[in-house]
Amino acid sequence: MQQIIISGFGGQGILSMGRLLAAGGLHEGHNVSWLPSYGPEMRGGTANCHVIISNEEIGSPIISCPNALIVMNQPSLDKFENMVEENGIIVMDSALVPIKPKRKDLRSFSLPATEKAYEMGHPAFAGVILLGKFIAETGIISSKSFEEALRTVLSPSKHNLIPDEMKALEFGMSY
Amino acid sequence: MGKRILMKGNEVIAEAALRAGCRHFFGYPITPQTEISHYMARKMEEIGGVFLQAESEVAAINMVYGAASAGVRVMTSSSSPGISLKQEGISYSACAELPMVIVDIVRCGPGLGGILPAQCDYFQVVKGGGHGDYNLIVLAPASVQELYELTVEAFNLADRYRNPVVILGDGYLGQMMEAVEFRDEEPIEKGNKDWATTGHGGKRIHNVTTSIYIDPNVLEAHNRKLQEKYKKVKENETRAEVVNCDGADVIVVAYGTVARVVKNVIKDAEKLGIKVGLIRPITLWPFPTEVFDKYAGVPKGFLTVEMSSGQMVEDVRLALNGRNRVEFHGRMGGNVPTQKDILDIVRQMADKQ
Repeated sequence: MQQIIISGFGGQGILSMGRLLAAGGLHEGHNVSWLPSYGPEMRGGTANCHVIISNEEIGSPIISCPNALIVMNQPSLDKFENMVEENGIIVMDSALVPIKPKRKDLRSFSLPATEKAYEMGHPAFAGVILLGKFIAETGIISSKSFEEALRTVLSPSKHNLIPDEMKALEFGMSY
Repeated sequence: MGKRILMKGNEVIAEAALRAGCRHFFGYPITPQTEISHYMARKMEEIGGVFLQAESEVAAINMVYGAASAGVRVMTSSSSPGISLKQEGISYSACAELPMVIVDIVRCGPGLGGILPAQCDYFQVVKGGGHGDYNLIVLAPASVQELYELTVEAFNLADRYRNPVVILGDGYLGQMMEAVEFRDEEPIEKGNKDWATTGHGGKRIHNVTTSIYIDPNVLEAHNRKLQEKYKKVKENETRAEVVNCDGADVIVVAYGTVARVVKNVIKDAEKLGIKVGLIRPITLWPFPTEVFDKYAGVPKGFLTVEMSSGQMVEDVRLALNGRNRVEFHGRMGGNVPTQKDILDIVRQMADKQ
């Protein structure tokens, strides 16, 4: 069972990243849940979501002990680092999370996702790059399932972006 | 059965209503259930139904009263403060015996409170927040799949008993996404609606839906009729999910999202050698009293867990009628009881520190 918390600023696409993972997990036949933080958040404020991908019935959709954390700002790492299970994984954006995790019992990966996304001409792809690294490290879903997830989550008017999104994913996967 | 698709709880409620044949929706937006209105606004236009955003919750519930009187399947949805506003209309509808589905995606209170999940509307929904002797049928789903199935069922129950039915969910259920699998065809019961005010063209005596009975004997007779109906609902429609209760040391009672946290606790406790059972009422009214008769003797007692200061626990105590200890753990203000806190209490109750 993968219990993933994705967290960052509102407007970074945090909730969509979670939806992509959940949709990918569902495509592979797993049970999935996606729970957004829906408090009084706004663009520039904090946003996070809890995603569970499991072969068993999912009990609580609320994650108290994640085995994976994907973070796109420093406050998110500070808030969630201590909750992560031993030997858990942290994937973060190197520019947005300058101060690295203190814990040594975690596998942490820092990627220049935002920088690369700007280079690709799509700043919004930073999240997909981080997801690529996460998928490569955990094997939780295949890149084919991720592509399927893009097709179900993105509105049809954005399907022309899918080839570029997949390039961003591959960059993350092979980083 | 079709394909499993990922959908948000609130959207599933709306989709389920449409599948159940609901073509009339009257509402007023409020977090955390506004997606129901969004979905209805979009879909009703496509399929030729009626979506109307009323000027207030009070107006919306009275529009529902009108549509239900005309015999159509109709729904409204809101969240806690909005349900307070609807209570007068709900009492009128219960008296006039109008089938309707009311969705309450509960947020934390009292007052304007906050928008995070809570179960503090148990009293106002289950015990009748409006005036007079009446009962609503109250369904408490705990997953997105169940939101679908129970919403369809709610329309059937409403028609079968000529009674308002409430879907009581918490903010997390409305906001979360899970897989849902829709049936190819819904089990829609076509109720007899010869009482509806549909126009008679001078061919029969006109029908009346009313909630005013001035003569005390007439009103008492109407009350007795309602109570007879409620008795039938109790006999036929009481539902609960029972997990792991045979041979349990402690039984936890919880509904909605909290029941799912308890399912995790069952696994945690197992590792400590404690057998925890769960009784999850699916109908909050009628309350599943008989299940408590069966397990009243559980060795270490009952623990009720809620996102409230302790509302359903009163019904648990009534059901047990002093036969066993009933402990309570609740969180308020939008906080959800944690797995760890529930486990700690269970350990104390089981004397296994």
